[in-house]
Amino acid sequence: MPSLTLLGQSVLSGVFIGALYGLLGLGLTLSWGLLRQINLAHFALVFLGAYLNYQLASGGLDPLLTLAVTAPAFFVLGVALHWLIARFSVSPLNTLLVTFGFMVMIESLIQWIWTADFRRMETHYGNVRWKVGELYVPLPELLTLLVAVALACGVWALLRYTDLGKAMRAASEDAPVAAAFGVNEKLLALLLSGACAAFAAVAGICLALSHTLAPAQIYAWIGVVFAAVMIGGLGNPLGPLAAGIVIGVSEALTMALIAPAWAPLVSFTLLIAFLLFRPQRLA
Amino acid sequence: MKALTLFAAVGAAFAVVPFLGLPAFYESFLYLIFHWIVLATSWNLLSGYSGYFSFGHAAFFGAGVYSTAVLATKLSWPFLWTLPVAAAVPALLGVALGAVVFRLPALRGELFALITLALMYVFATIVLNTPLDGGPGVYMSGVTVPALAPSPSGSFYLLALILALGTVGTSYAVYRSRFGTGLFAIHDDEDVAEVMGVPTYRYKLAALALSCGLAGLAGGVHGVFVSYVTVGETFSGWMALNVILMAALGGTRHWAGPAIGAAAVTAMTFYFTTSDYAIAGRALVGLIFIVVILFMPNGLLGRFSRRKAFPRNALIPPDASVAVTSNEPLLVVRGASKAFKGVQALAGVDLEVRRGEILGLVGPNGSGKSTLINVVSGHYPIDGGSMLFEGRELAGEAPHRVARGGIARTYQIPRPFAHLSVLENVALPPMFGQVAMDRRSAEAEAWRWLEFTNLTAKASRLPGELNLHERKFLELARALASRPKLIFLDEVLSGLTPSEIDGAIRTIRAIREQGATVVFVEHVMRAVMELTDRVVVLTHGRTIAQGMPRDVMRDPLVIDAYLGTAHA
Repeated sequence: MPSLTLLGQSVLSGVFIGALYGLLGLGLTLSWGLLRQINLAHFALVFLGAYLNYQLASGGLDPLLTLAVTAPAFFVLGVALHWLIARFSVSPLNTLLVTFGFMVMIESLIQWIWTADFRRMETHYGNVRWKVGELYVPLPELLTLLVAVALACGVWALLRYTDLGKAMRAASEDAPVAAAFGVNEKLLALLLSGACAAFAAVAGICLALSHTLAPAQIYAWIGVVFAAVMIGGLGNPLGPLAAGIVIGVSEALTMALIAPAWAPLVSFTLLIAFLLFRPQRLA
Repeated sequence: MKALTLFAAVGAAFAVVPFLGLPAFYESFLYLIFHWIVLATSWNLLSGYSGYFSFGHAAFFGAGVYSTAVLATKLSWPFLWTLPVAAAVPALLGVALGAVVFRLPALRGELFALITLALMYVFATIVLNTPLDGGPGVYMSGVTVPALAPSPSGSFYLLALILALGTVGTSYAVYRSRFGTGLFAIHDDEDVAEVMGVPTYRYKLAALALSCGLAGLAGGVHGVFVSYVTVGETFSGWMALNVILMAALGGTRHWAGPAIGAAAVTAMTFYFTTSDYAIAGRALVGLIFIVVILFMPNGLLGRFSRRKAFPRNALIPPDASVAVTSNEPLLVVRGASKAFKGVQALAGVDLEVRRGEILGLVGPNGSGKSTLINVVSGHYPIDGGSMLFEGRELAGEAPHRVARGGIARTYQIPRPFAHLSVLENVALPPMFGQVAMDRRSAEAEAWRWLEFTNLTAKASRLPGELNLHERKFLELARALASRPKLIFLDEVLSGLTPSEIDGAIRTIRAIREQGATVVFVEHVMRAVMELTDRVVVLTHGRTIAQGMPRDVMRDPLVIDAYLGTAHA
């Protein structure tokens, strides 16, 4: 039995990694739940954002300021992606295939520019950490958690309370009827897709701050982040964060108590159990 | 027969390659193509045909790899003896998975995709952490492969060729069979398929087992071919994406589609990974993928994927038997009740349908008429009460069993199988009805009902090309083609013009003359009065009147139900 401090540190790191799962899942759950797009390219965009951030930060720019460049650029990419999907009226399942194609292309691009080697961003943020009681709190991870919570709550409030959000939810339930009531559902879908891509840029920064990057790593995130998205309920902005933290903590505890290699079993067993017993969450 | 000759010719042509003395490169290259043909085609058996996309094909492939790895190295079994196990283990795992997930009422495509993906990681973790692998991977260079050809690579080549021919042959056989028809119907509309008599659960399970077993077989051979297997290489999400790409590129609704796609993609990737432009090549593969999905959503063979019908003049129509008309009750419903989240749709319906009659089932909107049909046909489980059909209890029976007993229905809003031709739509119920016909006799039977409903000229069209009137008659033809004892017609007249209604009334009379008993749900009162022998009135899920049409329509309770009570 490991010490309480070790367990506490495990739980904390689980919360932090869970926040990153949630942040990656935010764009996915919105585009899947509200636009009926299963966007694999999201993962590649997150990595592209991370690499751009790495590049700009190596040039001396503050990592957080790079967002001013990447977020708008990604917004445009997201709009373009949705325009293409709407233009060819691609079925939900086929969006998976199309975005897979984009994922492979972006991965190739990354590999071409930055090679297949591991890259680690060196910034002043990386070295900052505080001791709270017996526990260490690293700044990049704390930043990720704060950003993830702020974005998720912000989007939730936007969807719930503003006219724009209500129009988006209406359009996703029944686009023709929403259009008949004066909702410009095509424009909203473009905006939403753009926003999802911009969230990928944000997630990219957090990823670059706390993780080592390699093009092949793109695929490592797919399974667990999709698990968080599905458990959290499609289209629910708070869902991936909550589910991500549950998965992250359970993984971290498995690593500490049993063995690191068993961790994937826990998260995916959790997913399968959840899918089997609460499938109505996925409506 | 023609197909068999073709397979034999292709097989023989490829079988001579190892004996030509070519460099081993050719054998290995073709081995890879055969390997991917097996994987893509086996994936397609379930996922392409029935529409349940599996993202965990690598899980079953991996189960095959490790079955052979463990048996051949740790237990020193001879290589060929491990192959049946390499097929059986994944097939059983597939059945276990299907037995759980295919029972879920809410299982949709995406859900199945993600469950299978998750399962792959679960398998990988288990193999990684147990003595099956344990981490370092398994070396299989010591495994001896029987010398089928002058060189070892030739032997692998022949093994893969046999597997590929077998898998594509299986794909072809399923495609042409009743089983295949059932899977295609599941793809288009699973609920309707079940109500038409397709045992959907068993079919999906069988397709999954077949798909997993063949993937496992490919795994058993491939593990020894690469001679060193690791968990990371074996259980990879890449494989599922690769086989989906191949199948989608070739066309998922054609038996040869995945094989064509597999050959194209494998050759392409091979060319690029060995050239100086490996990265650009990968990007190009991604781009081709996008372009194909956007411009050819049905794949390269998409336009050829309509199944050929048998030539009509070569078909012998089966006998038409005319059932006897008597007054005995055919269906007796007692106290049927059904609630949806607090709405009591049926609150104790009593109803008797007598053999040979046309029974009108009327009532205001929301009175429970359609729910009653859904309950009798088994689509919704009944909450309480009994339904005796020819003395047999229907409550708790699966819809396909009810259909097999001789009950058919039409849908108020036509629900044809969108990707099957009009002829195939009508030929489906006879394949799964009281007498399970083979495809040939079923098509003969279908022609008869197309003639009956004046749809002969549209036989090779897709349902989407028909107008509403024709689609309603397609519904009718489909329900009649199974020669049911009892047929429920759910508002077949709604939306038709007065002259079309006259035609439809004649057709419904003719149905009774054929020997079927008809329950006629309708709002067009003129047709009800003209056609029916007796009328039952439902309101708020209860029977409030039954008897001769004229008497029932004068019943004050019935007038109240339709027009409300006068408060004057």
